Amino acid sequence: MEKSLKKYFPVFVLPTLIAFVIAFVIPFIMGIYLSFTKFTTVTDSKWVGIKNYVTAFSNKDFLHALIFTTYFAVISVVSINILAFLVAYFLTRGIKGSYFFRTLFFMPNLIGGIVLGYIWQVIFNGVLYRFDMTLTSNAQNGFWGLVILMNWQMIGYMMVIYIAGFQNIPRDLIDAAKVDGVTPLTAMRHVTLPLMMPSITINLFLTLTNSFKLFDQNLALTAGAPAKQTQMLALDIYNTFYSRMGWEGVGQAKAVIFFIIVAAISLTQLYLTRRKEVDA
Amino acid sequence: MNGENVIRRHTTVKNSVIFGILTVFSLIFVAPILIVFMNSFKDKLHISDTPFTFPTPETYVRLDNYITGIVNIGFINAFGWSLFITLSSVAVILLCTSMTAWYITRVKNKFNSLLYYILVFSMVVPFQMVMFTLSKFANILHLDNPLGIIVIYLGFGAGMSTFLFCGFIRSIPIEIEEAAMIDGCNAIQLYFRVIFAMLKPITITVAILNAMWIWNDYLLPYLLIGSDYKTIPIAIQYLQGGYGSIDMGAMMAMLVLAVIPIIVFYAICQKYIIEGVVAGAVKG
Repeated sequence: MEKSLKKYFPVFVLPTLIAFVIAFVIPFIMGIYLSFTKFTTVTDSKWVGIKNYVTAFSNKDFLHALIFTTYFAVISVVSINILAFLVAYFLTRGIKGSYFFRTLFFMPNLIGGIVLGYIWQVIFNGVLYRFDMTLTSNAQNGFWGLVILMNWQMIGYMMVIYIAGFQNIPRDLIDAAKVDGVTPLTAMRHVTLPLMMPSITINLFLTLTNSFKLFDQNLALTAGAPAKQTQMLALDIYNTFYSRMGWEGVGQAKAVIFFIIVAAISLTQLYLTRRKEVDA
Repeated sequence: MNGENVIRRHTTVKNSVIFGILTVFSLIFVAPILIVFMNSFKDKLHISDTPFTFPTPETYVRLDNYITGIVNIGFINAFGWSLFITLSSVAVILLCTSMTAWYITRVKNKFNSLLYYILVFSMVVPFQMVMFTLSKFANILHLDNPLGIIVIYLGFGAGMSTFLFCGFIRSIPIEIEEAAMIDGCNAIQLYFRVIFAMLKPITITVAILNAMWIWNDYLLPYLLIGSDYKTIPIAIQYLQGGYGSIDMGAMMAMLVLAVIPIIVFYAICQKYIIEGVVAGAVKG
């Protein structure tokens, strides 16, 4: 069968391959090359070695964005996963209306980042107005605004994955623990949690990378204000490219660093948590 | 008997408490959307200072904000572009990547496995890495229009979609295909008559994940076609774009109009959406 299939390469693979080369392979390779050059359009590049990387790492905005994003990611990952886990736990106990609640909590995940950002901007500014503040009057407001928004958006998504995880736990294992007279808390720690590790792996991975890559919500909610203090990595890269003349090379160097960070997180996370998984 | 009753009553009480918590939680979840809805009927000057009150006779403006949103800001056009780009890109992605996935799963050679690994690798690359080079390159190739962007979506979405299709195809027994081949089908007939129907569950998953991504995508269409063709996210961001004050009334109306199609779509196929998202996440 392989042989008769082989000659159909142009029909089956070529369209995808061409699009993939245009949209990913060439831009990716060019991106790495250009990060070592000075350029304004992609055709007038001059080799400058690692100068762009030196500039990127001594750029205050970039370092601030890196710290800000890390803080944001840590707090969001923890809060989203704890809340989503609890909600999923409640919703798998056969309570009336579970299906309805599940459907409702998932809904914000479908709304795009730009729309979400402006929806929450109105709410936050309305609340902060009472205290004579706005969302962008200090960096704290923007930070917590982003955390709340991210929770609102991601809890439902993580919840459905946790629910699927809970539903895969064999009932008799929990019953066996009950018969043995184990307290609910111990059962949670020694039976449920280890069996939930695959879902926890996926969710930590998804929330962490999504938090690191956040762009639309950041742009719509604060756009980095005040004075770039709530600017996250993706937005900083964007602004380096498009609102700072002559900094395209530095922007590309920042983009490469950003890519390495995101890829490293994804791989480490997978490696670390996969080891803890237990087969049910 | 008595003991069991006590336990049962205990669980009922506990369940009511949980039910209460969940109800409060769901109110928090819908409140932001309801507040925006409420404000979309208010005069633009009264939205920022009193967003939590119902419209009063003096702040109520009927459908004026919606008229501004639809007539002046061009919501209908934006909706049309979003719909066109999303539907056509998803259709192209489904067709092309499922075919590619089947081919590279069934034909084993070095090129195909290399292609597979590069596709998987592309999934961990954030958009900012290729943002600048991709948009310049698309300009050079004249792909910066609503048709060209479909090619870009196919290329940038190929990684995840092919990966999901490949995972599913590996679980299909090859015997069915071999039998069809013996019956005289060529590969293309085999694919469209037999394989494509078998891929239905994963096709729904891939369709939903891509539709959610493309419908809500802001940066890629903004950079490629944003000045001439505004999708919904671009039109909304554009309201904020100019210096000076934003028309908060029109903003509220636009947000409501942007959320309504999503809620309708979700209400119709929420079962598939939730299953699709879970399947996509678990396999990805």
